[in-house]
Amino acid sequence: MSRLLPFALLAALAALPLALGTNPYLLNALIVTGILTIGAMSLNLLLGFTGQLSLGHIAFFGIGAYVSALTSLGFDVEIGFGYRVVHEPWPAAVGFLLAVVAAGLSGYLIGRLSFRVRGAYFVLVTISFAEVVRLVALNWVELTQGPLALTNIPAITLGLPGLGTWTLRTKLQNYYLVLGVGTLCWLVVASLVGSRFGRAMRGLKENESLALSVGINATRTLTVAAVISAAMAGAAGSLYAHYLRIIDPDVFLFSTTVSMVIMVVAGGKGTLMGPVIGGLIFGLLPVALRPVMAPEAQWIVYGLVLIVILFVMPRGIVPGLAALLARRSARAVPVLEASPEVQR
Amino acid sequence: MSPILSVDHVGVRFGGLVAIADLHFDVHAGEIVSLIGPNGAGKTTAFNVMTGFLKPSQGEVRFRGTGLKGLQPHEITRLGLARTFQRTSVFPDDTVFDNVMIGLHRRGASGAAGTSRTPLLDALLGRAGASERALRARAAALLDWTGLGGRAQEKAGSLAYGEQRLVGVALALATEPAMLLLDEPVSGMNASETRVFVRLIRQIRERGITILLVEHDMPMVMEVSDRIVVLNYGRLIAEGPPEAIRSDPAVIEAYLGQGSAARRAAAEVREAAHA
Amino acid sequence: MEQLIQHLVNTLILGGTYALLGIGLTLIFGIMNVVNFTHGALYTVGAYLTYLAVAALGLDLFLALPVAILGGLLLGALIEVVLLRPLRGQDIDTTMLVMIGAGIVLQSGTLWIFGGVAKAVPSPFPEAPLQIGPASVSWLRLFVLGAALLLIGLTYALINRTKLGLAMRAAFQDSDTAALMGVNVRVIYTATFAMGSALAAAAGALLGPVYVVHPQMGGLAELKAFAIVILGGLGNVTGAAIGGFILALAEELGAGYISSGYRDAMGFLIIIAVLLYKPTGLFAKAERVG
Repeated sequence: MSRLLPFALLAALAALPLALGTNPYLLNALIVTGILTIGAMSLNLLLGFTGQLSLGHIAFFGIGAYVSALTSLGFDVEIGFGYRVVHEPWPAAVGFLLAVVAAGLSGYLIGRLSFRVRGAYFVLVTISFAEVVRLVALNWVELTQGPLALTNIPAITLGLPGLGTWTLRTKLQNYYLVLGVGTLCWLVVASLVGSRFGRAMRGLKENESLALSVGINATRTLTVAAVISAAMAGAAGSLYAHYLRIIDPDVFLFSTTVSMVIMVVAGGKGTLMGPVIGGLIFGLLPVALRPVMAPEAQWIVYGLVLIVILFVMPRGIVPGLAALLARRSARAVPVLEASPEVQR
Repeated sequence: MSPILSVDHVGVRFGGLVAIADLHFDVHAGEIVSLIGPNGAGKTTAFNVMTGFLKPSQGEVRFRGTGLKGLQPHEITRLGLARTFQRTSVFPDDTVFDNVMIGLHRRGASGAAGTSRTPLLDALLGRAGASERALRARAAALLDWTGLGGRAQEKAGSLAYGEQRLVGVALALATEPAMLLLDEPVSGMNASETRVFVRLIRQIRERGITILLVEHDMPMVMEVSDRIVVLNYGRLIAEGPPEAIRSDPAVIEAYLGQGSAARRAAAEVREAAHA
Repeated sequence: MEQLIQHLVNTLILGGTYALLGIGLTLIFGIMNVVNFTHGALYTVGAYLTYLAVAALGLDLFLALPVAILGGLLLGALIEVVLLRPLRGQDIDTTMLVMIGAGIVLQSGTLWIFGGVAKAVPSPFPEAPLQIGPASVSWLRLFVLGAALLLIGLTYALINRTKLGLAMRAAFQDSDTAALMGVNVRVIYTATFAMGSALAAAAGALLGPVYVVHPQMGGLAELKAFAIVILGGLGNVTGAAIGGFILALAEELGAGYISSGYRDAMGFLIIIAVLLYKPTGLFAKAERVG
């Protein structure tokens, strides 16, 4: 049953717009939720599967957004000593690919730097990195327009030779684009986790010394995980830029990282479905809460939910429910062997 | 015959504290050697130096002729020197079977026979089928060989302590070592488990794997070892076959001395607590 | 040259408050192994308590400061007892996430209660600055430096001269052994967290009147506190005090000679530089293998 669950969820998500009609408000909420869920899935690769709490994840998202936007808008900046770099606009789809590559490269750099340390140091280094990138976006006005924001970012155009091109301007088109990229990311994470590489990540998370002693190269494994994770976050950032068509340095806000962390932790870190379920719940929660409370009150609810989840369901909703269901079915079906809980 | 492992005048200092002073001994291929000594003698520190978890302040360890200076733990494992740990010897949240699958990491590496050169790409494309099946078969065989076959689907962290030590040994064997360092492998085992384990050690040696072991269980050490190296306060105080060690006055003094020192220390702690 | 002297004077003023902020955070980490993500929110709360005491109760700044400190002390104790005490023994990531949740609640709570418009705290000092040679300092800033140094001194005295401080140092060395020696570790943890929180609130109370008070002020302050603490070594009180002044110097010189926009980036660049050149030198305790 659990094997079929992802397919059922995908089918439901694909059919959702048919059921909702074209309510632009809901569709918008779903698109933004989908983009943040991709971010959460990428964060889960580090936080859930390698056990490294990276709180600078928004940096990769923002780098993806800016690289993609600047690639498709073009720019003309002076880089000192009288040299100028002039870039003519390229198609948005190229921007998407470059966003993935640039975010992946940043993941490599920050991985090489920060995996020298663990625990609290690692957390603080990743936060610092995100903050530096935000300040660059804010202050390098010639390139990024600073707080004035990059506007008129073109929508993504998809084309097949001989079949024509489509520019994804409508919300519905963007919804399916996000769903497609999200599915791709899910497949990447799923196949990684089930592989030898996934076992190396789990080994490092559960017992690093022992993992080293069976020949797992910690720095290399963690860095590769960081690169893939960052590249996926960059893809999400690019989708965000081309969907909203305007970005400013606020895409680097720490609170967005916190949203992703809540999605992962509440859904179930280190599980495939966790970030998706957590992402859907916490991405759509504002839609439910908006009529009844102010945004700051919503954030209070978020904070409280994070605390409560960590206290009552520390492993998250998905593993929590799975354990509950397993206990139910164990009780319903009489078996010869008692379950471990009963034995004790 | 040149030794498989030589510890060449190794010293380890933490700040002003000398954990190991000028340790010097060899282990030859096919031997079972025990490293013994009172608590705090520096045995685990020596293991940590040999496996790259600690950098020695002086001297060097050589394994099969290669200097280990500057090598990372995972690189040393790849040379064929594997170890177990005293306290946490398993990946607690995985099944015993998956523990061994993690341990077989090196077998799935590019370049190993029958596997691909692009493991990451294979993972992404779901292409690792054949080598994955081969790995699973190896894992099952290894579990049967160590007597853990019946426990394969249980969570390693939920096993009894003695069985967790066995999982630790299976993990080390999964790296296909030429030499195995066992850190207090029978602590937490009862007498019958220990007897089974002694048999296992002999079987491991019969597969051509050299063994160096740190252990407190003296009857076990005397029974299984070809040779014993005795440490006290970070220094080598005796070396020889079990019967010679049993009657060595320096060794007896070290163990008795430690007993009285421990009593003294305990008395001091009690006084301090009352003051 | 004159500009440099002015920068150094500013460093001294800013550094005192940064040191307070860093000491509070590093105490909590060193003794409890908790990265306190409510530190920034407590800083904000301290600033708002000062604002309330001055604007609503009509107290002057000298009396508002103890009010803010007391508020931080109580709020810190509450957080520790309700959220951290039940989580003792959990891994550091869990407590970090719980503290992030608590930080969000506190920060959004201040925003909800006070609104997003910045408030100014009236200063009781004369407008005209004090001229010291080529440099000028406002009386308010001098008061801030004096109060910060006094509080740092009191903290040192508390840690080094009192029974509570002795117990705290014992818990810092090894909480298990401290418990065996008869130290009530639960009380020590609550006291430590309350004290660290009070220092954060004091820093907010001191800098609030210098700038303006607004709900987001704690976010950046918290990130700076992290930078200070990494600079000084996590858990190292003297390191945090020195780190506070180093960060202030880097910010002043960076803003003065590079670009004022990157003033706030200095701390993070310092963290990254420290890690590049001396990652292992930062550890307070070496980790045990096996």
